[in-house]
Amino acid sequence: MTDAEDPLKGYRGRARARLEGWGARVWGDIRATNDAGSTFEGVILPRSETLDDEHVVLKLKTGYNVGLHIDRIVSLEEVGYKEAIYKIPDKEFPLRPDLPKVTLLGTGGTIASRLDYRTGAVIPAFTPGELYGAVPELADIANLTTKKLFGVFSENMAKEQFVILAEAIGREIEAGVDGIVVGHGTDVMGHTAAILSFMVQDPPVPIVMVGSQRSSDRPSSDAARNLIDAVRAAGQGDVAEVVICMFGPTSDRYALLHRGTRCRKMHSSYRSTFRTIGDIPLAMVGERFRYLTPDYRRRDRSRKVRINTAYDDRTTILYYYPGMKPDVVDAMVEKGYRGIVVAGTGLGHVNKPLYPALKAAIAAGVHVVMTVQTLWGYAQMYVYDTGRDLLDIGVVALDNMLPETALMKLSWVLGQTDDHDEVLRMMRTPVNGEITGREPHNGYLILQGGLPETEAFISSHWK
Amino acid sequence: MAPASPASSSDAPDRAPVAGTRPRSREDEVLDYAGVGLIAGLEVHQQLLTERKLFCQCPAGRYTRTHDGTVLRHMRPTLSELGVYDGTALMEFKTRKHIVYLLNRENTCTYEMDDTPPFPVNQKAVDVAIEQCLMLGCDIVDEVHIARKQYLDGSIPTGFQRTAIVGVNGRLPFRGRTLTITQVSVEEDSCREVSDRGHLIVWRTDRLGMPLIETVTAPDLRTPDEVEEAILLVGRVCRSTGHVRVGLGASRQDVNVSVRGGRRVEIKGVPRAGWAPALVHGEGVRQTNLLRLRDELHRRGLTRPDAIGIETTDVTDLFASSRLEPLRRDAWERFVSSEGRRPEFELGEGAFRVLAVRLPGLGDTLSWPTQPGRTFAHELAGRVRVVSGLDQPPILFHSEDWPTAARDELDALRMAVQWGPDDGLVVVWGPEADTRTAAEEIRIRYADATEGVPHETRQPFPDGSTDFERILPGPDRMYPDTDSPPTRVTRERVERLRETLSERPWEREARYADAGVPTSTVHYLIRRGGAARVDQVVRDCGADLRFAAFFFGERLKGLRRSGVAVHEIPEERWCELFRAFLERPARHEAWAALVTRLADEPWETTAEALRALGLDGAPAGWRDRLTRWLDDAAAEVYDDDPGRLVRHATGRVMSELRGRVPARSVVEAVRTALEAGR
Repeated sequence: MTDAEDPLKGYRGRARARLEGWGARVWGDIRATNDAGSTFEGVILPRSETLDDEHVVLKLKTGYNVGLHIDRIVSLEEVGYKEAIYKIPDKEFPLRPDLPKVTLLGTGGTIASRLDYRTGAVIPAFTPGELYGAVPELADIANLTTKKLFGVFSENMAKEQFVILAEAIGREIEAGVDGIVVGHGTDVMGHTAAILSFMVQDPPVPIVMVGSQRSSDRPSSDAARNLIDAVRAAGQGDVAEVVICMFGPTSDRYALLHRGTRCRKMHSSYRSTFRTIGDIPLAMVGERFRYLTPDYRRRDRSRKVRINTAYDDRTTILYYYPGMKPDVVDAMVEKGYRGIVVAGTGLGHVNKPLYPALKAAIAAGVHVVMTVQTLWGYAQMYVYDTGRDLLDIGVVALDNMLPETALMKLSWVLGQTDDHDEVLRMMRTPVNGEITGREPHNGYLILQGGLPETEAFISSHWK
Repeated sequence: MAPASPASSSDAPDRAPVAGTRPRSREDEVLDYAGVGLIAGLEVHQQLLTERKLFCQCPAGRYTRTHDGTVLRHMRPTLSELGVYDGTALMEFKTRKHIVYLLNRENTCTYEMDDTPPFPVNQKAVDVAIEQCLMLGCDIVDEVHIARKQYLDGSIPTGFQRTAIVGVNGRLPFRGRTLTITQVSVEEDSCREVSDRGHLIVWRTDRLGMPLIETVTAPDLRTPDEVEEAILLVGRVCRSTGHVRVGLGASRQDVNVSVRGGRRVEIKGVPRAGWAPALVHGEGVRQTNLLRLRDELHRRGLTRPDAIGIETTDVTDLFASSRLEPLRRDAWERFVSSEGRRPEFELGEGAFRVLAVRLPGLGDTLSWPTQPGRTFAHELAGRVRVVSGLDQPPILFHSEDWPTAARDELDALRMAVQWGPDDGLVVVWGPEADTRTAAEEIRIRYADATEGVPHETRQPFPDGSTDFERILPGPDRMYPDTDSPPTRVTRERVERLRETLSERPWEREARYADAGVPTSTVHYLIRRGGAARVDQVVRDCGADLRFAAFFFGERLKGLRRSGVAVHEIPEERWCELFRAFLERPARHEAWAALVTRLADEPWETTAEALRALGLDGAPAGWRDRLTRWLDDAAAEVYDDDPGRLVRHATGRVMSELRGRVPARSVVEAVRTALEAGR
């Protein structure tokens, strides 16, 4: 029996047995009386599988849900049946010849979503019509087409999905769209933006990744606004790169376009979670575009995109901590990993006991690269002896490449070559800003709260 | 752009005259409540006395008047759990409000900003809700499920209130019958409104997230007076738990009213029970009149919502030099600049327009009476103000109450819009987009009128009138909170709380009445939390119940009113005080001086206060000094009336000995001495 056919969705064990005994089913409109003589009238809801098997969840007429303990129910009868038909109003997306063509590729974010009773979480659902029903503003920005590639939570993105996504983008560009939006969960959006930056090079049009920090089943969700700004950036913006488009401040003011190789999720729940690290964002997006730097690839329909979906996932990040034992490195080599990105301390350091292990790894053909866990700043391994020792061993410094970006790039490079020199050359040659020669002083700004000047600033600006 | 700052720091919006007022008539004052089938029910909200908020670790009850951060947000309607949009949500979305939240680090964290998911629900608050359920004899649910109740007016930054039913099916003894309690829920409090002008509403977040319990009664109340009495009764139940907050805003009630054939209207946030009678009466009158209007519309053949049509005409130029100031562009610009209304914030979109709305076949309905002192035009003005953001008084002009000074302009207008004698005519003004929204809202309100009384939430005013606040939300605005797991309520937990449960107010009332305490004193004691103190001194300090009730319920009230800071006295003093009374009953007579001393010197123990006031016993040799005091008294008396001398002398001596020597002994000694001296 499939999940959809199960008349007692989510109920198991004792609760399931009792419900079966009463002939009850999910979505049944029932009247139940408990041992205190209270009568409850409402609809039986599916139950989350992670909860116990002793309660029945009822949606009362008032819209409230309550849980009744099965041992306290003395009678239960079905008086009707009300299955929830959860559907965002599906209106035909109006097309206007004067507007750009934008394709939205769905990977499973929460642009539009509905409740999943099995887990109690929200699951995504969208078509252009549904999106138009939920976010009608889109029709004034672009002619939207949507394609659902797969539906996974962002943390489940991996090699297979990266490849499908990059190829789909290639096909859309080939088909002549004016811009592409990728709906994506936020957790690993930075990783996906990085790998797409390598797999899809020289795109003639914008490739804009977007998601939401507050799911779209909430009135205060950032989903609609992010989507509107992403479609603007894709259809009308001039940045033809892989970018992330998400809230600038936590207020509803504007979105920021972040270069896909330099962007990171920096807060587990804030709307303004994505920040460009070690540089400034490319643009502010709202009713108008405001480009913050001339340093970006312009939209150019004549440019030929190059798609290269090479990927080897036998790579990992080694996040160094004091007292790390060399056997961690040994284990990776033993398990067949081909590339290790070290997130080192300070300017790119690990402790001495690790040297022999790293040396052995490199000797065994594993490529070891160094990034910094400070996120901001460069791996500058000539400064201290420790760094120079590591260089001697054959560890390669990746300057100011972010650790996650380095992992994505190493996977992409190792998908193409195993030649150590070639790996090093490719890793150290920036494709799109993953290493920058200069770090502007406004590329590192973490305002420290509590300081008088910071307080003066934040009390006079939208948060 | 810098954050919007509120124009006014006042929490109570001003009320300028709005279209649709009329003198109150005799018909306004009388209503046969049983005849029209008036019924009413309550939703009583009571803040709980917890240290922390309901879903985060912020302190509860710490209010601030300043802010150090500002957030701008907007709300969009979302689908309900059953896949339906809620009507209120759609209406509130139409209003296109910019919503600003003022944050203060002292009382808000990223949860209140909706930038962090909820933390586990405050179990102390759930306990108090269970106590309230036990007081009311409710059946307590086995598993508490947190729901999200949508509010798109911005009063909660998430766009919904987290709320959960804790108990159902309670009973309350009321006027010799039973008042049914439908449910008791625990929920988070909302923001406080700072200002609402045009398209910008500003909220303060200090109160947001404080735990409340909501007690809902069935519509069992039949008259305005019963509503007031029931509010006070439910309030006493809440106070009796001993775990609720008191003071301004700590309890607020929504009063639901309907008449036969009408619909439930919620009068929201009634701050005092005393407001209820006029509000309930007014709503009864309003619904009765709206039903009459429905019948009139049906008589005219306007039997269904879609029978209502409107025609709009841009008449901006016609009023370019109008004697009605609001209709002139120059006056509008002055209004905008004097109010500091900014594009993209308070101001709506588009150029200034005056829009005439012709209402075919609706003549003589704009002046139809509704609530006491109001006409149907007031209903329209309320909708226009809330939904379109056009809030410049009087909000609209209409053909049935046109200012006499500009009578000729109405004639010109009628020509311009081809007005017929059976038509109604309304004029609105402001930014173009808003005037269009306003016209559509006028149509919708008339469409509703063909069906009688619309489901509405209405805002109450002290004069007993109400104004439109929003469409009354239905069950479609409920959604399960996917961020919070359900809380299982075990029977063990319920029994543990039952063991320590305070006495129910009606039980206490009966016990106090048996001891001879008047009902008004009992109510006061329960309301102000003094009853627990009374019971304590009776139980632990040997006090007499009637005396203690009188002491805490009447004497202290009087002293407080005369300016003594009674609230400064530490709780443990009361038991010390009653023990001191027990030890030397004479001290009773010095109660006022003693309590005043304890209030003035809160760090002093009662023993120290007694010593300082010389109340630790009768002064040695007081009888010997009696003769001198009596001589002094005799010298002060201006005639030979012996009665006067006795009274004066006694007073004189009492002022020296009050609290140290029992009054009876003093009177006795004075009489003896005077008789001996004669």
